Amino acid sequence: MPKVKAGKGTPRPASGPVTLLVGTRKGAFFIRSDRARRSWTLAGPHFLGQIVNHLVLDPRDGKTLLCAVRTGHLGPTVFRSTDFGRAWKEAQRPPAFPKAAPGEKGLAVEHVFWLTPGHASQPGAWYAGVSPPGLFRSEDGGVTWEGVAGFNANPMRSAWIGGEENQGPPGGATLHSVNVDPRDARHLYLGISIGGTFESKDAGATWRPLNQGVAADFLPVKDPEYGHDVHCMRLHPLAPDRLYQQNHCGMYRLDRPGEKWDRIGNAMPKKIGDIGFPIVLHPRDPDTLWVFPMDGGTVWPRVSLGGKPAAYVSRDGGRTWRRQDKGLPTKQGWFTVKRQSMCVDSRDPVGVYFGTTSGEVWMSANEGDRWNSIARHLPEIYSVEAAGG
Amino acid sequence: MNVLIPSQLRDYTGGRAHVKARGATLAALLADLERRYPGVRFRMIDEQDAIRRHIKIFVNQQLARDLSAALAANDEVVIVGALSGG
Repeated sequence: MPKVKAGKGTPRPASGPVTLLVGTRKGAFFIRSDRARRSWTLAGPHFLGQIVNHLVLDPRDGKTLLCAVRTGHLGPTVFRSTDFGRAWKEAQRPPAFPKAAPGEKGLAVEHVFWLTPGHASQPGAWYAGVSPPGLFRSEDGGVTWEGVAGFNANPMRSAWIGGEENQGPPGGATLHSVNVDPRDARHLYLGISIGGTFESKDAGATWRPLNQGVAADFLPVKDPEYGHDVHCMRLHPLAPDRLYQQNHCGMYRLDRPGEKWDRIGNAMPKKIGDIGFPIVLHPRDPDTLWVFPMDGGTVWPRVSLGGKPAAYVSRDGGRTWRRQDKGLPTKQGWFTVKRQSMCVDSRDPVGVYFGTTSGEVWMSANEGDRWNSIARHLPEIYSVEAAGG
Repeated sequence: MNVLIPSQLRDYTGGRAHVKARGATLAALLADLERRYPGVRFRMIDEQDAIRRHIKIFVNQQLARDLSAALAANDEVVIVGALSGG
């Protein structure tokens, strides 16, 4: 396998403090580091009692935050801050499907699940993935949102997602992993659980499935064109022809213009397997990535295998993997790390972070070689994103 | 008419539990509430005009099933957030 080189413009490592943006089932929290990333301070909560699926910084201005919020009682919305969380304003028009014609059944957004800043050349552009699976776009920094009709009204949409009655994962089937090609704002990828990976080359006007080589063991059809269960999919910003995917049925890599995903999870230890939720990429090395395997056997416990949590790192694009568990519990550690709950910073060495459904945040300041607990007793963690650095 | 706002929605009403609004139907009343308190309607009513699963709206102590319920000037509207579990 040829080693992929990062393209021109490889950013210099950051050197400042890091802020983790933590979304939980009961609100949002900030965890701020010192410059050395040794000391961490927890702040918050914001939106106490509200479900925060994703809290994301706009890298184009370094201060605008968007937060996907709902509560048990109330409908979904998006809050935005233009001063890094000091003040929040609700979107004037949150993501919402069109009103159905009389006598027809329309879709209603259950929750906003995923937020992705748009292309660097399009300040104010954002994408939101929602449940039931739908894609929305904002042109004004998240104040107003419009559905991407090329996906939401696509005649194939219902077939792609297995029908509207498909409830998918807890909380409902959902659209996530929106990736924008840094070379071309019109070139988009997205993932659906369930539905699969889809690509658009015309800013979302048309989409096509991109799932060759990906297993879908839960479907009766062998090698289906769509219907796969993408857990998390990421494009490397410095090598945008390289995609990685953590799927319900394994770990994969795709090198475009190739069409067929390669199951890099086959190189994982057999007793660990290649099931998990998150997958995160080194910001400057397209061949380095981390995963956090979980138990996908029998009734799908979705916790660390054997109660021994560990990340795995590959430094060669998934050809080989190494266990990283120093500092983590050696027994009775039943972690679940959700798909948005693992991230990296842009320091050197890279900081790697994850949050658990049991409300713990762990970090490694040396690319996973040793882990430290930096927060405990938080609510169930849904997302962790690193800002600054 | 008088409208009782549940605690979950009082961020929109400046903390007030009791507010005034007008409308000959529940749909019109909610439109008036939205004019006075932008954003509040979508947290209660989805884009297909269905009352959200964990919101209940009572008109004179009778549960309203949809937004077509007729209202009179002296009616009392009570909005309730109804959810169990953690």
